[in-house]
Amino acid sequence: MRKHLNVMLKAGLSLTFFALISVLFVSTSERLTRDKIIENKAMMLRQALNEIVPPQAYDNNLVETKMVLSKEDTGFVKDTPVFFAMKNKQAVAAIFEVITLKGYSGAIKVLVGISARDKSITGVRIVEHKETPGLGDKMELRKSNWVLSFNGKSLSNQSLQDWQVRKDGGQFDQFTGATITPRAIVNIVKSTLLYAQTHLDDLFSKQLTKKANQ
Amino acid sequence: MTDTTATDIDLIDAAKPSGGTCSTADCTKIIMDGLWHNNAGLVQLLGLCPLLAVTGNFINGLGLGIATIITLTVSNIVISSTRNWVRKEIRIPYYVLVIASVVTIIDLSMNAITPQLHSVLGIFIPLIVTNCVIIGRAEAFASKNKVTRAALDGFMMGLGFTIVLVVLGGMRELIGSGTLFSDASVMFGSIAENWTLQLFYKDYKGFLLAILPPGAFLGLGFIIAFKNIVDKKIKNN
Repeated sequence: MRKHLNVMLKAGLSLTFFALISVLFVSTSERLTRDKIIENKAMMLRQALNEIVPPQAYDNNLVETKMVLSKEDTGFVKDTPVFFAMKNKQAVAAIFEVITLKGYSGAIKVLVGISARDKSITGVRIVEHKETPGLGDKMELRKSNWVLSFNGKSLSNQSLQDWQVRKDGGQFDQFTGATITPRAIVNIVKSTLLYAQTHLDDLFSKQLTKKANQ
Repeated sequence: MTDTTATDIDLIDAAKPSGGTCSTADCTKIIMDGLWHNNAGLVQLLGLCPLLAVTGNFINGLGLGIATIITLTVSNIVISSTRNWVRKEIRIPYYVLVIASVVTIIDLSMNAITPQLHSVLGIFIPLIVTNCVIIGRAEAFASKNKVTRAALDGFMMGLGFTIVLVVLGGMRELIGSGTLFSDASVMFGSIAENWTLQLFYKDYKGFLLAILPPGAFLGLGFIIAFKNIVDKKIKNN
């Protein structure tokens, strides 16, 4: 019995020792890479946002002019970060990072850019998804031009009826073999527009006064 | 299965536990085991989860393969060089600890140094922790052999696994969407933008089954069958 205890103790202690060494290595490399990773993430986000609002259209720091709308306020499934693009202290466009759970498998993260002037779409991009390869992934720009069909559309130049896939009587194409995915995207873009219709001006005036006070 | 000599699943294949430095014949055996006779994907059938899941196209296969080679080599080196200090009762949790740390460190450094490559391989790197090839080699080889042999074994096992990934990925991409090397630019930068080969006529709609999960199982089955045929031919001659 005593011998067993001794072995267990020794094994336990040496495992603890190795665990401590591993923690040391992992935490050191985490500390060394942390700043660089944050910087890289910001750069990639900036690239994604620039696809929706071109860099010459704004002169503020788009990645940092950000506000998070709580899901209780918006009615979306998750809290929604919004990025505000401004030029010469005038509102240009806002980019909403929305999530829909109505896709075929898992959450789809979508960036929706909405122009401040006429509340029309400046661009839509799919950031993350787990849809079926070959069927649902045609919403990626590198696979097909489908997401570009949103450009310039708004609630005033399209009736609410039109904001659906063709199968449901709307204006947007579905993909062969996949209706659920485009339906989810069209829906979430429409909801974002509906929210922006009533709230975007408010959000922008808040951002502009904040900027003026700085 | 009459052919047991060539395709025997010898997980405990540390032939000489004392392990001298790597002689030529010895090295050749390690290399051939890794690439063919004891191939991780085709013979040991380890690491099937990542193998089947990500081989939808050639480039994804290559990405997971590279990440596996690095992890396997580094973890084999670490485990082999500490093999005399680890009590045998705790060796399995110790392997898990080493592999998880190595994978995390590789993940972080790749994220910092090559963010583009990381955005492509990022999803595969955590999958490597679940890859039984790594712990299999740690237990069967690295814990019983000197560092040079363990490093060579890790690299060759990784390379053998990569070849299977690339062949399966290429096959599925070719049949499923009629292209090869699509998305190469995310891994090799803008020079690779025109690497995509359109193999069939332009309007090839694709055979979806090949890209979906069942296609992965079927494809792997065909590759294993092909290997067995080759082995049989070699044996009969």
